[in-house]
Amino acid sequence: MTNVFEAFSGETPSLSGLLPDPTTDAGWSGDHPKRVGFFTDTSVCIGCKACEVACKEWNLVPDDGTDASDLYRLTGMSYDNTGDLGASTWRHVAFIEDVRPHGTATTGHMPSGLPAITGGAPTRDAATPPPGGGTVDLLALLPDGASGATGGGIVGAHGQQTPDDERDVRWLMASDVCKHCTHAGCLDNCPTGALFRTEFGTVVVQDDICNGCGYCVPSCPYGVIDVRESDGGAHKCTLCYDRLGEGLEPACAKACPTNSIQFGDLDELQAAADARLAELHGRGVEEARLYGRDPDDGVGGDGAFFLLLDEPEVYGLPPDPIVTTRDLPEMWRNAALTAVGLGAAVVAAFWRGRK
Amino acid sequence: MGARTWLGEWPMFRQATGPDPLGRGAAVQSPRTKALEARTRDADEVVKSVCPYCAVGCGQNIYVRDGRITQVEGDPDSPVSRGRLCPKGSASTSLVTSPTRVTTVRYRRPYGTEWEDLDLDTAVDMIADRVIDARRRGWQDTDDEGRVLRRTLGFSSLGGATLDNEENYLIKKLFMALGAIQVENQARI
Amino acid sequence: MAEAHPVGFQWVMEAKARGATVIHVDPRFTRTSAVADLHVPFRAGADIAFLGGLIHHVLENELDFREYVTTFTNAASLVGEDFLDTEDLAGVFSGYNHETGRYDPISWQMDGAYAAPAAGQRDHWESELREERARFTSDTAGGAGDQAYAPADPERDDTLQHPRCVYQVLKRHYARYTPEAVSQVCGMSVEQFLTVADAITKNSGRERTTAWVYSVGWTHHSVGVQYIRAAAILQTLLGNMGRPGGGILALRGHASIQGSTDVPTLYDLLPGYIPMPNAHLHSDLQSFLDADAAKTGFWGHMDAYLISLLKAWWGDAATADNDFAFDYLPRLTGNHGTYGIVRDQIDRKTFGYFVVGENPAIGHANGKMQRLGLANLEWLVVRDMQMIETATFWRDGPEIETGELRTEDIGTEVFYLPCANHTEKSGTFTNTQRLLQWRREAVHPPGDARSELHFYYHLGRKIREKLAGSTDERDRPLLDLTWDYPTFGVHSEPDPESVLAEINGFDADGNHLSSYTQMKADGSTSGGCWIYTGVYRDGVNQADRRKPGSEQDWVASEWGWAWPANRRTLYNRASADADGRPWSERKAYVWWDEEAGRWTGHDIPDFEAGKPPSYRPPEGATHEDALSGTDAFIMQADGKAWLYAPTGLADGPMPTHYEPVESPVANMLHAEQDNPAREDIVRAWNRLNPSMSDTYPYVFLTYRLTEHHTAGGMSRFLPYLAELQPEFFCEVSPALAQERNLEHLGWATLISARTAIEARVVVTERMKPLRIGDNVVHQIGLPYHWGSNGLSRGDPANDLLGVVMDPNVHIQESKVATCDIQPGRRPRGPALLEFVESYRRKAGVEPGGIT
Repeated sequence: MTNVFEAFSGETPSLSGLLPDPTTDAGWSGDHPKRVGFFTDTSVCIGCKACEVACKEWNLVPDDGTDASDLYRLTGMSYDNTGDLGASTWRHVAFIEDVRPHGTATTGHMPSGLPAITGGAPTRDAATPPPGGGTVDLLALLPDGASGATGGGIVGAHGQQTPDDERDVRWLMASDVCKHCTHAGCLDNCPTGALFRTEFGTVVVQDDICNGCGYCVPSCPYGVIDVRESDGGAHKCTLCYDRLGEGLEPACAKACPTNSIQFGDLDELQAAADARLAELHGRGVEEARLYGRDPDDGVGGDGAFFLLLDEPEVYGLPPDPIVTTRDLPEMWRNAALTAVGLGAAVVAAFWRGRK
Repeated sequence: MGARTWLGEWPMFRQATGPDPLGRGAAVQSPRTKALEARTRDADEVVKSVCPYCAVGCGQNIYVRDGRITQVEGDPDSPVSRGRLCPKGSASTSLVTSPTRVTTVRYRRPYGTEWEDLDLDTAVDMIADRVIDARRRGWQDTDDEGRVLRRTLGFSSLGGATLDNEENYLIKKLFMALGAIQVENQARI
Repeated sequence: MAEAHPVGFQWVMEAKARGATVIHVDPRFTRTSAVADLHVPFRAGADIAFLGGLIHHVLENELDFREYVTTFTNAASLVGEDFLDTEDLAGVFSGYNHETGRYDPISWQMDGAYAAPAAGQRDHWESELREERARFTSDTAGGAGDQAYAPADPERDDTLQHPRCVYQVLKRHYARYTPEAVSQVCGMSVEQFLTVADAITKNSGRERTTAWVYSVGWTHHSVGVQYIRAAAILQTLLGNMGRPGGGILALRGHASIQGSTDVPTLYDLLPGYIPMPNAHLHSDLQSFLDADAAKTGFWGHMDAYLISLLKAWWGDAATADNDFAFDYLPRLTGNHGTYGIVRDQIDRKTFGYFVVGENPAIGHANGKMQRLGLANLEWLVVRDMQMIETATFWRDGPEIETGELRTEDIGTEVFYLPCANHTEKSGTFTNTQRLLQWRREAVHPPGDARSELHFYYHLGRKIREKLAGSTDERDRPLLDLTWDYPTFGVHSEPDPESVLAEINGFDADGNHLSSYTQMKADGSTSGGCWIYTGVYRDGVNQADRRKPGSEQDWVASEWGWAWPANRRTLYNRASADADGRPWSERKAYVWWDEEAGRWTGHDIPDFEAGKPPSYRPPEGATHEDALSGTDAFIMQADGKAWLYAPTGLADGPMPTHYEPVESPVANMLHAEQDNPAREDIVRAWNRLNPSMSDTYPYVFLTYRLTEHHTAGGMSRFLPYLAELQPEFFCEVSPALAQERNLEHLGWATLISARTAIEARVVVTERMKPLRIGDNVVHQIGLPYHWGSNGLSRGDPANDLLGVVMDPNVHIQESKVATCDIQPGRRPRGPALLEFVESYRRKAGVEPGGIT
């Protein structure tokens, strides 16, 4: 068993790197529950935002506008009007729209056996003339096949879709959430012990302890946690800690209509995600990838990880997140005396925080 | 609480002596956090209901404590919805506990510029008088060709489609007995 | 579907995960398109051209499920010689009266048979016309109400080759709906069209079924009913009706909008789709039944259904001697649909108005018309939870701002009564699958809030008290009414289960009926809505059954109760072949068990359980006995699915593409531009944009967003929903934005002959310009949730719409119209009126006004 001095000496590598059981590392006894998490499969997300609402209803999170001067305004970012994860948005659905040359993107999130549509202008050489007896000759209405855009003020020169090109519209949706990192920068940098790792392996802010110092805010490699102006406390997803104790799944996962948000034991979610990825790759969805699944990444893998259909940057996610405390042990080894002082500061912080 | 126990509860002590030397888990869990439980746990009853928004008919569980609704969420038993709800259905708690909900009768007199208060029984009595009057003035015994109509065009009704079947039934039944044919509903829209 | 019915969409996603192909045909690229295998962009209002093209594709290539078609449809029946098609008459059918704008459908009849329609325009059959046809019928004796009609059994050609057989008539009618024509009219490529055609035909047949799903995008048109008919023809040809995974699924938008039609608060229906009596046809019960009840099929029992209803309403006062109080029912003389009522409000022909859980000032087409109606009332009762715009039109409606109305001049007396919400009362909703689900009361309503059950029960009680002792004949129906429901609680709430039990019905001994087949025409049974009979079977509230889905099979027949008779899929006899065998093991649903001599399967058979497939009706049989063991469509007089509808429709026996009333293009398929039988309201406040107008060059369509609910009364007032879609916006393509100098997130003003509204601009590639003939058509998307009240506010999109209606159901064309769009905010005050008037002048439209 390590003690505080051994930890400071850097013998326990629990601030970065592989860590199969962060729960035990955080001092929970060996019979703690299995680590739980979210697997958010964005390939079936329909962007309904039930997760955002269910989260707020359960956790009594204020609407986004509470701290904003410009309440209830469109952001202009497609159908996303809550903007980003923050102190009052613990689930956030991102919407990404673009168009691509036809045939270069998968139509829809997931293709099936439908034959591809031939690109280019629609056929205009009507093979079957209208039957006799009619009063309108369709052939007479057909424009010259070669004339392309005619009349109507059609503009096609600026990258927009025109009637005559068939490009693929893509509209990606993804529900983002706190990653409940294996190495959680927010938690490791919290001077008050307000942020702690629960027996479920999740990372939770304790409102009664948090003094709003905000150290956690820049410590998060994903920009998730934030301080709410109205109450001065730091807030983020708790993975519905209060529900987990009752054997209930988190509110967002329960509401999710298409099961895009899956809750469960992390190892089972990882297996399910691997299978889903293989299935999609098998169907030719080469762009599918898992994000936050790798326990060897810069945060030791995420408790909440994702299946994405494009680069993480497209969704506003950092491509290579690294826990901000990765280099701390080395610094400590080089400044052992300072470490003792740091310990004293932590004590003081606790004392203040408990008042 | 004895001193030993108190000391044992002190996070710094737990951190220094326990298995959580960095104070990131068990050692710093506050008593309040430890005592957290889902607010649905102490519900007096869980009432089975159905979402009031669209016509999918998702099952809802209504958690009630002390005569107040504390939470509405999906009913996993429902073969229609399997416990899931859309954003509107998920907002049902807000819907039924909305602070802007109007819970008293408001009355605007003809040509009035402001709302006034009115007793509910008085309001219903006034409405009954107006129905009787409008019914009489809009009454048609026969049409131009003498065919029996037995009806009134004096007043009409427009219902939303979140009314219960039993409510629609009483509306239709009452209006037919009054001879009032102008009963309409969102279902026409 | 993902947009407006997200939780229902889980089943689409599940089907997709199992290999189903999801195709989304929609003018917009929506959240449904995002997860579909294929999105087909499309011009709003061109659906019959598209569906007609698919029908053409099926018939031209003989891809129909032939055995299904010959067994279950009227494909082989011969159409009468008098019928002339749109091909013969330049876009209209025979029987069209150019002066009245109406059809006389006598020439549409089948050879040698009269058939009463199972729904729709039952009263088209003027008595003299029926007499004329009577020579084709033979005399038969029958029970109560039976008339001398033979089972509808027209001449047939089972080879489907006779030029007048329905199959060939249909084929000729759709001959011009070629892939190229579809491409031209709809704005999709020939390849896209053929991809869809190929997918649905390959996915139909013995082993596979295809389902179509629609919402008000199909009904909100001047030819809305024919949209659905077109889908019905297609699905019937492909053998997709009455089978698992098939059908045409109407996704309805409100918790009990299905129930509002079943137990109709609609002017033209009595409960259970019995028509309201008409003054000019129905002088007594017998003439009503003669005109409206089929003699064969289950509608042959309309007498039992109706008399049971009359007994439920008037109890002992309904006797055989007084026609079971049939005379107590008021009579119709024409269209009294909601838009006609509002017109009469503006004309001050009607004085009072109950608006209950509805927000017409925002949610209905032509908002100005709605508000003018409210302003010309003597009294208005609004029952709601929030202070919706319909209740506050007199102080903050748009017409106050323009100066068209002044608060001090509005004489409407307004009663705002708060209502109970869904958790504060017990009762049933009927969902989009005809499933009745009982809700239990969780808490009491606060303050003055009451249920509608409470309000109407006590209102009726008070009116009856005030009129007690009246000797006026016209008060008899009111005073004889059965209106004595048990009440409970401090507010004397009527017991909703007692109402449900009355709807279910009782036999002569006071026992709860268990099936509508127990209803009798002799007055010994009662029941308020025959299709709901069985919901209180054995005195048990069947709608409150809650056996978890996880403990049941996939049909889940022990959750709630579906009408009729708890059948989950209608016409499911068609899931088996002529001999009663499943079409395939994979698609087995209901089948004939030869040993047991009964129909059996996963669902309750929608067929007489003991009628063998081999049954053939004896000469002169009536009611269901006149239907053979292969007549799966038991509500039809001939037991067949109608590919061609000789009766029941006001605008033709086969769907025909007509342009929307406001269209930027000419009808390329027929000479007739728009539905010749459509209904109009010609008033200064309801001016229409001319078609092909340079002044109003763009198409707009209205719709809902996932985050809001209809007119916003249940969403705009809630912060968690308001923040998700916080402002009214219009969606335009980058090309249109460039054409009109519109900036993303800037303001735009949209102008029609009704008014001008402003919206934030969302420029998105999800809106695509379409080539229609040699025109480029731009479509603008307008979610319609907003108004002046609540947390999230904006102009009402419905104000832009005029009112023109489908002639069958009097539903407005609100899913497509035209407008102009200009950058910037709209003028304020009286300047807005002059601005809109200047557009009307430019377009050659008559001046607007409020009278």
